[in-house]
Formats: sequence, C-alpha cells, structure tokens
Amino acid sequence: MTQVSPQRLHGVMAEFDHSDKLIAAVKAVRAQGYTRIDAFTPYPIEELHHALGHHHSPLPRMVLAGGIAGALFGFSLQTWISTVAYPMNVGGRPFFSWPAFVPVTFECTILFASLTAVLGMLALNGLPEPHHPVFNVERFAMASRDRYFLCIESRDPRFDAAQTADFLWTLEPTHVAEVAAS
Amino acid sequence: MREMCVATETRTTADSPLVAPGHTTATVTDKIAAVVLQSTPRWFYPAFGASFGLLMLFMYAVTILFAKGVGIWGVNNPAGWGFAIVNFVWWIGIGHAGTLISAILLLLRQKWRQSINRFAEAMTLFAVACAGIYPILHLGRPWLAYWLFPYPATTGVWPQFRSPLIWDVFAISTYALVSLMFWYVGLIPDLATLRDRTQNRIARVVYGMMAMGWRGSAAHWHNHDTACILLAALATPLVVSVHSVVSLDFAAGLIPGWHATIFPPYFVAGAIFAGFAMVITLAIPLRAAFGLHDFITERHVRNMAKVMLATGLIVNYGYAIEIFIAWYSGNEYEQYMLTNRVLGPYRYIWYSLILCNVVATQFLWSAKVRSSAVAVWVVSMFINVGMWLERFVIVVTSLTRDFMPSAWGMYYPTRFDYFTFFGTIGLFLSLMFLFVRLLPMISIFEIRTLLPKARAKEKSA
Repeated sequence: MTQVSPQRLHGVMAEFDHSDKLIAAVKAVRAQGYTRIDAFTPYPIEELHHALGHHHSPLPRMVLAGGIAGALFGFSLQTWISTVAYPMNVGGRPFFSWPAFVPVTFECTILFASLTAVLGMLALNGLPEPHHPVFNVERFAMASRDRYFLCIESRDPRFDAAQTADFLWTLEPTHVAEVAAS
Repeated sequence: MREMCVATETRTTADSPLVAPGHTTATVTDKIAAVVLQSTPRWFYPAFGASFGLLMLFMYAVTILFAKGVGIWGVNNPAGWGFAIVNFVWWIGIGHAGTLISAILLLLRQKWRQSINRFAEAMTLFAVACAGIYPILHLGRPWLAYWLFPYPATTGVWPQFRSPLIWDVFAISTYALVSLMFWYVGLIPDLATLRDRTQNRIARVVYGMMAMGWRGSAAHWHNHDTACILLAALATPLVVSVHSVVSLDFAAGLIPGWHATIFPPYFVAGAIFAGFAMVITLAIPLRAAFGLHDFITERHVRNMAKVMLATGLIVNYGYAIEIFIAWYSGNEYEQYMLTNRVLGPYRYIWYSLILCNVVATQFLWSAKVRSSAVAVWVVSMFINVGMWLERFVIVVTSLTRDFMPSAWGMYYPTRFDYFTFFGTIGLFLSLMFLFVRLLPMISIFEIRTLLPKARAKEKSA
C-alpha cells in the first residue's frame, strides 16, 4: 500500500474475492453513513445496483424521445420531399401518399432510438474517459477478471483516510489500498 | 489464489450444462481471452491466406467492373437482376441469424445464446457488408451510389419514396448501423478485459481506446444493461422489417412468382434458416480449432439445429403455398411460373433446391442427427447451398419467362459473376478470421454471469 498525502487522494479501495462479500460490504458501508461510494465488478450484478441505492436509469425515456424524434423526422422528410421539394406523379397516386412512407418512417424511428441508446449510455456513464483515478491501483486490473472492488471516495463528508481504511479492513477484503487522485 | 465461484452446478434448467463444469470467472476469462492473446496458431496462416486470395479475386472482378461496366456480367434483358441480387438477398438473409440470436433470444431470456451471440453478431456485420456491396455494384455507375440518399443536390432531384428500392436503402443502412452499434456496445466490457490482460503495449493502447475507459462500475453496468435490452427491443422489429422490405423489392413487382403476399414472412423465415445454417457452419470448425467445447456445447448445437428445423419447416410451408396459390389463383401466368420451375430450363436448380431445403432439413427431426456435430454441420452446408438456390430460382426463373414468350430469354452467369460471388465469400471469411484473432469471439462478461453463484463459504474453517 503506497502512502499518499490526504489531499491527493481519490479515495480508499477494498478488494473482495466474492460478489456476496462485496454486496455485504456495500450494505455495511452505507449503514455507516458513507454516500460517495462506487463498486466495480467483472459482470453486471443487479443486487449490487439496489444495494448501492441507485435509481433507475433515465435511458429508456431518452430512447423513447429519440424514437419519436426519428419518426417525426422520417415522416416529415418524406412528406416535404414528395409534396413540396419534388412532387412527382407516380401512377396517379396522391403526392401525400402516406402509407408508402411507413417503412422509411419506421427505419428512421429505430435508427434514432438506437443512436440515442448508445450515445445516451455513453453519456450517462461519462465515457469515453481515458483515465480515471481507480486505474492507479495496480490490482484494479483484476476488476475485469474475477475480483470485486469497493471504493469510498475522499469527497465523502465522513471520509478519513486512516479510519475509512480501518473500517474497510473489517469487511473481509483481501486487500485495501489508497487511490491516488489523478 | 482462492476461487469461490466454482461451477459445480449450472444455473440452467434440465438438459446438459451451458458451460462445462469446473469453470470460474477467472478460468472463463483466461480461456476466452487466450484465443486472442496467445500466439497465432499455425493453421491460421493458410486459412486466412486462402480467404485473402479470394478477396483479391473480388478486388480484380470489381476493378474490371468499374472499368468496363455491368456488361461483363451475364445480366441482360429480360434478366436484369442476376447474381448480384441473388447474392445480395442471400447474404442479407445470413446476417439475420446474428440479430435473432442477440436480440430476440435476449428478450426471450434464452441463456444459451450467450456463448454464440458475439460471434453471430460479427457474422451479421460481415454478411451485411458483403450484401451491401451488391446493389451498389449493380447500379451501373457505383460511384454515384450517394444519389440514393436524400440530400439537397444541385440537380434539385430527390428520391422517390413510393418505391421499395428506396425503402431498402433505409432498411439496409439502418440495419448495418444498428448491428454495428449493438455489437460494439456488447464488446466494450470485454475490450476492457483484453486491455487489462494483454502484455503487448500497442495492443493495450488500442484495446484501451476501444474500451473507452470502461471500469465496470455498478452504475455503468446498469446503464449498459439497460442499453443492451433497449437495443435488443429495437433490433427485433428491425430485423423483421429488413427482410420484409427486401421481399417487397420483389413482391411490389408484377412478375409471376414475385407478386405474392406471402413474401415478407416467407423471406424472414428463410433468412433465419439460412443464418442459423451459417452460424453452425462457422461455429463447429472454430470450436474445434480453438478448443472451445466448454462454451459452445452439444446443447448449443442441438438448440440451433432445432431452430433450423422450425424455420426450415416455415420455408417448406412457403414452397407449398406458392404451389397451391399458383394453382388456386387460376391465373395462367402464375400456373406457368410453376410449370417453368419444375419442367423449364432451370429445373435442375429447382430440384437441387428441394433436395437441400426440403429433404436435407427433415434429417433434423432425428435426435441422433441433432446430437452429432458433424451431421448437423453437413445439413447446414446443404441449407447454405439450398438458400442460395432458392434466391436464384426466385430471381432468374421468374424474370426469364414472364408474360410474352417473345420477351423470354435465358440468363447465364459469366466468370465475373462467379469471381464476384466467391470474392465476397473471401471478404466474409477474411473479416471473420481477423475477428477471431483480434476480438473475443465469445462474450466473456456474459459467460461470467452464466456461472453459478457459489454459496458464501462458512466463516468457521
């Protein structure tokens, strides 16, 4: 464990060898009144999300809005082209032949909604983020293999480097490390 | 190192396990990542070399095409649509299985999909790339392909939105983009795994950039999961729409054999049928080459064989209805279309089609055949060929003998037709080989979730 001056700390991180221990630790840490915490796992764990007290993602509503925007865009684009920009008589059909516009409207709906889902997910996660202080912990590379990490950040009002680390040691971690900021 | 997540049992219901017993999150990660991180196996060079050779053949055929025009192909009047459209429909159909596995089976919570989805999605992407090339090459002046999109041109001309051909442009480009995004979003956590595992500095930087700083935070996973489910929900109707729109390219025409209301569902079923056949064709040899029997088990092969049988029967039903409607319509052109298929100049193509898609498929009823990887692979090869023949029968027999006998003709593909066709197979296989060496071909993080949660060990030891 490297010693870093308290002002230069991002937080303190504990490593667990089992997801159940991480979930129990998250509950214990929250019971102690810590609020600025984050957990890292090799695969999604729904229980953990609830244990952290996170709310539902706003992504579904964003995607709905994206889809509606796509539908409006696709339909009005075709209507404008077919009636105003380039009206063309095809077999005597009306210029505003809306049933023929359905397939392209549908494709635009899906396209805009999917773009919103992907870009929205990245934006909500703050990605791309090439560097993050948690990567300063050498063992953190195991978070993408089989280890589970819990970080209490220094901006937490209850944070105290030594005390927080001591508290984390009581939760059956395999390691506890200080996380250097930047 | 202490391992807690020992796979002594699986989370699946009856049947054999989805992941071989004994695996942990660590071994799963190492084993799948090793396919990418280990040194290149010796067989890879000749295999990739052969594919790349075919790709060069494609480059040659396309160069001559650009220089001389579509006259080098066998297309003529009345057969304006030849190999280009046959291959286009065939490839785009193959792509559909990837989306079905990754989207529809995700919504249906079919856990067995998780070891084949990544690889099937890649197959989709490469098949769509091969498919998309054909209509563009077929344009005559391929360098003006951008005219298909609505943009404020100086000519003042805009696309005509009452034509299924322009619907196709939107359907295929949306499908290509959504498939790419879905695939990439699923890759992000695994790219982070490769970034953390690789010893190679350059690889670490490249994987790191592609992983965009993924760190597996709980909040990130939640948004990621939500995005995947939303994309699956969006891709499900999309995949159905794409082949429906492709079928409308035909069904909106008046040619006998094309002008049928059954076309959209018949094409979608055919697409899934062809796509599953291609997944099996690729998965079984790759599994053997990289020793991935622990993740792509006999159960996966059996399930895919069942899907192939089910969709194959829908396709067979489509054939039966085509025959029935030709007779029942009382329309002499429709009736002649059928006579022409069975007894006309292309009858051997039709007989081969029935052999491949109807006769060969029936072997999948047998549980013994379904549990033999080799037998299923052989059937899948028949289906690959059969689905290509089906597209040939639809496109060529209908066009060459439509209404007026004075306007009939014959279509003979030239060597450039064959070069282009085998060339896209080379493009597809080259991309596939590069994919399995550069990216994890099985979704690592999704396999981790398949492992059973071990009970927390007793504190007293």
